[in-house]
Formats: sequence, structure tokens, C-alpha cells
Amino acid sequence: MTLKHKAAITGVGELKPARGPEGKTALGVLAEVSRLAMLDAGLTPRDIDGLLVGPPMAETGQMWPSILAEYLQLRPDYANVVDLGGASACGMVWRAAAAIDAGLCRTVLCVSGDVFDVESFYQPRGGRPARLPWREFESPFGPMGVNSGYALIAMRHMYEYGTTARQLAKVAADQRTNANANPDALFGDRPLTVDDVLNSPLVCDPLHLYEIVLPCTGGAAFVVTAPEQARESPQPPVWLLGAGEHASHMLIAQAPSLTTSPIAVSAAKAFEMAGVGPKDVDLVSVYDCYTVTVVVTLEDAGFCPKGRGGPFVEEHDLTYKGDLPLNTHGGQLSFGQPGLAGGASHVTEAVRQLQGRAGDRQVRNCEMAFVNGNGGIMSEEVSLVLGRQS
Amino acid sequence: MTAPREAPAAREEYGKPLPQPTDVSQPFWEGARAGELRIQRCRDCRQHVFYPRSMCPLCLSERLEWVTASGRGKVYSYTVIRRAMHPGFQADLPYVLAIVELEEGPRLTTNIMAAEPEDVSIDMAVEAVFEDVTPEVTLVKFRPSEAK
Ligand SMILES: [Zn+2]
Repeated sequence: MTLKHKAAITGVGELKPARGPEGKTALGVLAEVSRLAMLDAGLTPRDIDGLLVGPPMAETGQMWPSILAEYLQLRPDYANVVDLGGASACGMVWRAAAAIDAGLCRTVLCVSGDVFDVESFYQPRGGRPARLPWREFESPFGPMGVNSGYALIAMRHMYEYGTTARQLAKVAADQRTNANANPDALFGDRPLTVDDVLNSPLVCDPLHLYEIVLPCTGGAAFVVTAPEQARESPQPPVWLLGAGEHASHMLIAQAPSLTTSPIAVSAAKAFEMAGVGPKDVDLVSVYDCYTVTVVVTLEDAGFCPKGRGGPFVEEHDLTYKGDLPLNTHGGQLSFGQPGLAGGASHVTEAVRQLQGRAGDRQVRNCEMAFVNGNGGIMSEEVSLVLGRQS
Repeated sequence: MTAPREAPAAREEYGKPLPQPTDVSQPFWEGARAGELRIQRCRDCRQHVFYPRSMCPLCLSERLEWVTASGRGKVYSYTVIRRAMHPGFQADLPYVLAIVELEEGPRLTTNIMAAEPEDVSIDMAVEAVFEDVTPEVTLVKFRPSEAK
């Protein structure tokens, strides 16, 4: 089965991330970005017959598709929650395309967003018991959320391959240069050098504070539609050329490997479907909850050999002006992580770049992008190849 | 291998997340209480299994037996936690969170009880210690092996 050219993204809507809740509700954010995406695609709620929603973390809720459909008066023939953590948005792209290709629906609204309130975010969720393996076999030892999981990955990567703290810091610094050209980025107004990263406090070794993503309030939505509809869209359609997914674990101690992620499988599938390789892409837009995530992703997706990710990011200019533009919106490290919409930001940025709507940070002649969504602790991966040409 | 036991804190004083053993995992927690690291082994494919499961994830056999592991292993990776996300760990900072690979094969999350975090390194040999954290619960942690 192929999903190549079976659907296209025709509109995006995204909020500028904010540090606090700003009086918003999770439902309010989802509705706001849905409206922006529909307007961008030149559509009304009557045109939407599919709905995929990423469940917000800030507020408990079940049946999010029904909640949002009611609010927006959508009448979808296909509706689902997609809960793949940070891979949810990329997962929505191919799930929408597959549903469209199967004839279940024609135009799918894909939405995620969250409200960040520092007062409640770190509170244990009370009430019902969570008798899950991580609660029983990990929490008693004091992990620092997922931070410590990625620290374990980084430490092992340094041990096996000699990756240095300076190489990891380069990812954050280059992405900040990108953010400085993005008025919507949370940290777009201030510079960040490699030394700034290395001089920031160690949070869990070897990760420094500025190598760790900041949760925030925001949201993102996009419209995936069938080829006939896409060709009539007011914006240039961005075509799905390839997709691949692979998952392996939830607890980091259960990961088959700390240094090779499921991206080795998901990216190979995506490139094979698209009939292209890493050398063919003009933009890399990949999940960056931590600096090390980017290094492992570049290796597993085949941009460089396994273990060479450190030297690779040092040798290449990852800015929008560089030889390998990567996370041109700033990445989540500089743009912010509005819940599951953080993963969506890699999709929306790729769409804007491929449509030529990326403003000051526009990559010249951007024809094809590699996008990766990463859930958990490199647990669940979805890789996409998106392109301008049909 | 058993660490000298300090009087454990009462459950309400302990202040850190505690496991809620299940019917499936109960033998593991009883073993820890008795100073043994008990893991499962599949009677059909002979693979060791951890964490405790109701079936072998390799061959789907339900014929899992409990065996006592040697308690020896090596550090597969570790990190030094310098900020506590759960307030219960504030007084322990900095502390070492690690993945230990047991001699028998499975990996588990644990703490390395070293004098200084700097004493810990990847692939270093470690051995299990059993810490009674409450009158009911004993956690399996590790320390650098004495035998080199
Ligand atoms: Zn078996």
C-alpha cells in the first residue's frame, strides 16, 4: 500500500506559544486553531468530514472528537483520538490520508493543543489508581519526568560514540538562530550560543537546562484533504509523499536500545514510499524535545551513519541559511512545547516552508521536507516525507 | 548482599511514590522483602522476563516461573538527577538514576547507591541492595560491586 500523493495538507492554524494559561481552556485552544486552519484552507465546518484530535494533557476529558465536533458544529463521518505523544500530529497526517484513500472521508481536520499552568502541571494526578508498569517499577526511583529518560539516552550515546556536550549544544544554538527569525517563537527575542547552553545548569547529566524543552500554552491544526479538493485549495497543496511508523516501548529501561530508536524503521519506510532519500530533502523538521533527540534522529533517518550524529551537527549549518536547514521555526527548544501541538509544529513549519510562506526564515527552493514525530522516550516514531510537487 | 537495615519510615512519612503491587508482581515484592531479586523465566522458551508479566512476551506462554537472580549486573546507562520533580526526592539531590542490565539479561530502572555520583560509570559492575523504605515496601537498588 502506498499513500504517496493520496492526500495533501492545504491549511494550517497555529497559536503563538505563551508561557502561562492566559485565561484559555484546552477546548478553547483546540477551537481557535481549528478555525484558523479551516480559514487558511478556505473551508467551513460543513466541508470537514473527518476529525482527528490529540488529547490535551491539561484537562481531563474523554471523547475529545465529540466535544470539539459539537463546539464547531462539525459532522464528521470519521473521528478519532490520536494519542502517540509527540508523534501524534505526524501520525494524524498518514491516518487522515489512509482514511481518505479508503474512501471513508475527504477532508480531515487534525487538531492538538494544550494549556500550560505551572501550578497544576507537576501535581500528581489524584483520584483513580494508575497501576501501570512505570508507576510500579520506575517512579519509586525518582525519575525526572521524561528528562531523565533522554539523559540516559544521551549518556549512553556519549559512551558508545564519543558524542560531546558541545556537539549537542550546537543543535540548540543553531535552532535559536532560526527562532530569532520567527516572531512566533517563545524564545525568538534572545540569542543563545553554544557556550550559553554549556554554561546553563546541569539538570540531569549530561543535559543542561537549555537542552530541555519548555512546556507552554498553544495549539496547532491542519487540514488533510483528497487530491481533487487539494488542487482547488487557495494555498499550494503540500503532498504526502511517504510515511512510516514504528513503536517499541514506554519505559526507557524496556527500550531494545538506548542509541538506536524506532526511527530507523519509520524513516526507512517513509523514504521508501516516497522513493527518495535523505540527500533529496531541502528541510529537516524533526522532534527536538532535547538536543540528543535530534542527533539520534539524524542518525536513524540516515542523514549520517550511526554514531556520527555529533560530528555531523558540528559540520553542518542547521540554520535556515545553512546547508542543512533544520527546525527552521526554532524547534520546540526555542519555539516552545504546547503539549502535543509541539509535535505538530514540525508539520506546520514544513508546510509553511514548502508553500513559501515562512517569512524571514524561508529556505530557498524548498521542495521536499523530512518530518519526524517522536512520542515518549523515543518510544513511538512517525516519519513523513512531504513535498510541493504532485 | 543485603545492606544494613535502617528502621524504615512509616508509609505516611516516606513521602515518595510507592509501588502498588499487583497479583502478578506480588512475588517480586515479597522477594525484595526477603532480600532476593526475583525475576521470571519462561519454562517454554527459557527467556528471563522483567518487569513481571502474566505471559512471556516472546512466545506468549503463560508458564512463567519465579527464579532468584544473582543480583549482579552492570550499569547500562545512568544520569545524575540535580533537580527534583517530585518533592519527596528533594533531600536526596544529587542522586543517581540508572538502568542496570542484570547478568540474566533483563534491564531495570534503579538507583546506584554510590558515595559520590562521580563514582558511577557505564558498564561498571554493580550488585543489588535491598532498601526497606516502609514497613511494607522494599526497593531493589544497586551499589558498586565489592568483588572486582
Ligand atoms: Zn517464552
